[in-house]
Amino acid sequence: MPAVRIATVAEDGWVGRFAKPIRRLGRLLFSVALTFLGLTCVTFFIGRVIPIDPVLAIVGDKASIATYNKVKIEIGLDQPIPVQYWRYLVKIVHGDFGNSIITSEPVLHDLMRVFPATLELSLLALVIGVALGVPLGVVAATHRGRWQDQVIRFVSLLGYSMPVFWLGLVGLLAFYAELGWVAGPGRIDVSYDDIVRPVTGLLTVDSLIEGEDEVFWNALSHLILPASILGYLSLAYVARMTRSFMLAQLKQEYVLATLAKGLSPFRVVWVHALGNVWVQLVTVIALTFGNLLEGAVLTETVFAWPGLGLYMKNSLFNADLNAVLGGTMLVGVVYIGLNMLSDLIYPIVDPRAREQR
Amino acid sequence: MTDAVAWRGWLLDPAPASRRQARLGRWYRAWMAFRRNGLAMTGLGVVLLVVLMAVFAPLIADPSAATLQVLTERLQPASSAHWFGTDELGRDIFARIVFGARTTLVIVALVSVIVVPVGLGIGLPAGYFGGWIDAVLMRITDIFLSFPRLVLALAFAAALGPGIENAVIAISLTTWPPYARLARAETLTRRRAEFIEAAEMQGASHLRIVVSQIVPLCLPSVIIRLTLDMAGIILTAAGLGFLGLGAQPPAPEWGAMVSSGRQVLLDHWWVATIPGIAIFVTSVGFNLLGDGLRDVADSRAA
Repeated sequence: MPAVRIATVAEDGWVGRFAKPIRRLGRLLFSVALTFLGLTCVTFFIGRVIPIDPVLAIVGDKASIATYNKVKIEIGLDQPIPVQYWRYLVKIVHGDFGNSIITSEPVLHDLMRVFPATLELSLLALVIGVALGVPLGVVAATHRGRWQDQVIRFVSLLGYSMPVFWLGLVGLLAFYAELGWVAGPGRIDVSYDDIVRPVTGLLTVDSLIEGEDEVFWNALSHLILPASILGYLSLAYVARMTRSFMLAQLKQEYVLATLAKGLSPFRVVWVHALGNVWVQLVTVIALTFGNLLEGAVLTETVFAWPGLGLYMKNSLFNADLNAVLGGTMLVGVVYIGLNMLSDLIYPIVDPRAREQR
Repeated sequence: MTDAVAWRGWLLDPAPASRRQARLGRWYRAWMAFRRNGLAMTGLGVVLLVVLMAVFAPLIADPSAATLQVLTERLQPASSAHWFGTDELGRDIFARIVFGARTTLVIVALVSVIVVPVGLGIGLPAGYFGGWIDAVLMRITDIFLSFPRLVLALAFAAALGPGIENAVIAISLTTWPPYARLARAETLTRRRAEFIEAAEMQGASHLRIVVSQIVPLCLPSVIIRLTLDMAGIILTAAGLGFLGLGAQPPAPEWGAMVSSGRQVLLDHWWVATIPGIAIFVTSVGFNLLGDGLRDVADSRAA
């Protein structure tokens, strides 16, 4: 009913045209805030249910009752739970996650230091996963039921059945110990340590900026094995989702119509159908990236990769709860952020989603 | 032989005489569709094999061998005495794999037993009553859905201490939300059906309608989803075990076995590699089985 729509735009004018997107943004921000609150509730709860008495940990078990009570009041444990939660929330919002026991630095500081290593690894893995996974998914869909489809489905099934830490070990055994094609665990050889000044924190990028070719190649040979392994796991998921999205598209009538119009099948599949699939893939890619970040705990342990995952694992075994919860918070916030981002991008790439809400 | 033919005829009777016959016939047709899928049958075989291995573990391997340390026989390669070799403490890896199947399946079973009732308990009322109940319950579900799974499990295991029970709690906590969504969606599609109205007019209580009419209809899709999730649960559990947060030594657990084999990886590859293959094969089995079940369900719906 175009007549009605023209009328409303005319009546509401400039404000009316933006009312809908603004309302949608508002609803999105509300749900993000709620999820964030939920996350802080959980981390707060984990911090409270830990069986160690935090006061005892500070004063030691030989302290008098008077000292015990004094410290208890000092760190606010005498307050009711809601008050304690509120104080915790205020601190979190200000980026105060407390101090790490191991490094005795603010946890936020530590997180900023280790995060780029994880980011570098995850980004390369994501690029590998998407660059290979999407075409494979498309081919599987266009060859549905034939051998190409069977092979691709099988390869991706193996991928999402694979214990990543085990694949990492096998990869190290084969490509580092036996064949010697790549460098071993760690991010860079010790001899190249501290040559490059961190600008972005991504070693490969920084070494290129400084023009240190040798450092770049060394960093890359450390990076390529873990990134390929994570990339394969992402590929498995991306290819599977692309295949099922493409199958849904290929059933639609516009595919038949464009073919009847005389467009080449290649163009119909790779331009028209795939163009519509990208919209759904945005969410899948965001999810994959989130999975890569949390899977870091396992891969970084195997590859001694000095990133967020290894930091959290080491903190875990030194009972450094502040650091563990800080890391959980960081991954959680990135997760929520990715979800929000894909919600925001969705209506931009797909006009239909704009109308619906 | 004629008995079998008669049974088949009875099962495939287009005009079943009883509800039992109709139901069994439907299952038989689904089974026939499933049986044609070679990969799915492979998956079923693998899963059955692992289950049997776990159930009859004491008959397959000597129970004491799984934890018995024979330091003089450390790190031996495969032989007729030790089919998969021995680990760094001289324990028989084959026996540990067999008994490790128990650990894995216990975790999977416990997670299922927790996750399905919780998911149904949240999703069914949300779909059935709608309104603000739906809004509140689904908000909670969404919040849990957007949590990072492994990292949260890690934080929980860190706070509660390592061990199987806590690993189960941690995994369950991040696994239930999709079941709530599924149960809600299934309920919504049935909510306005006439048989529900009929039950309402007979004076059945909400509880009775949900439990006796809606739950049975939700169960097939829940079971398929559960089978597909099994591999993920196994991998998460193995990951926690690898990090030292699952079953504690000397209990045999596949993830922990991979982890202990890391120290001797370069010279004695089998210690870390074989338990990994066990994890991998089991999770492939569950994935194939789940895919097959879903295909059967889909083709019936279409």
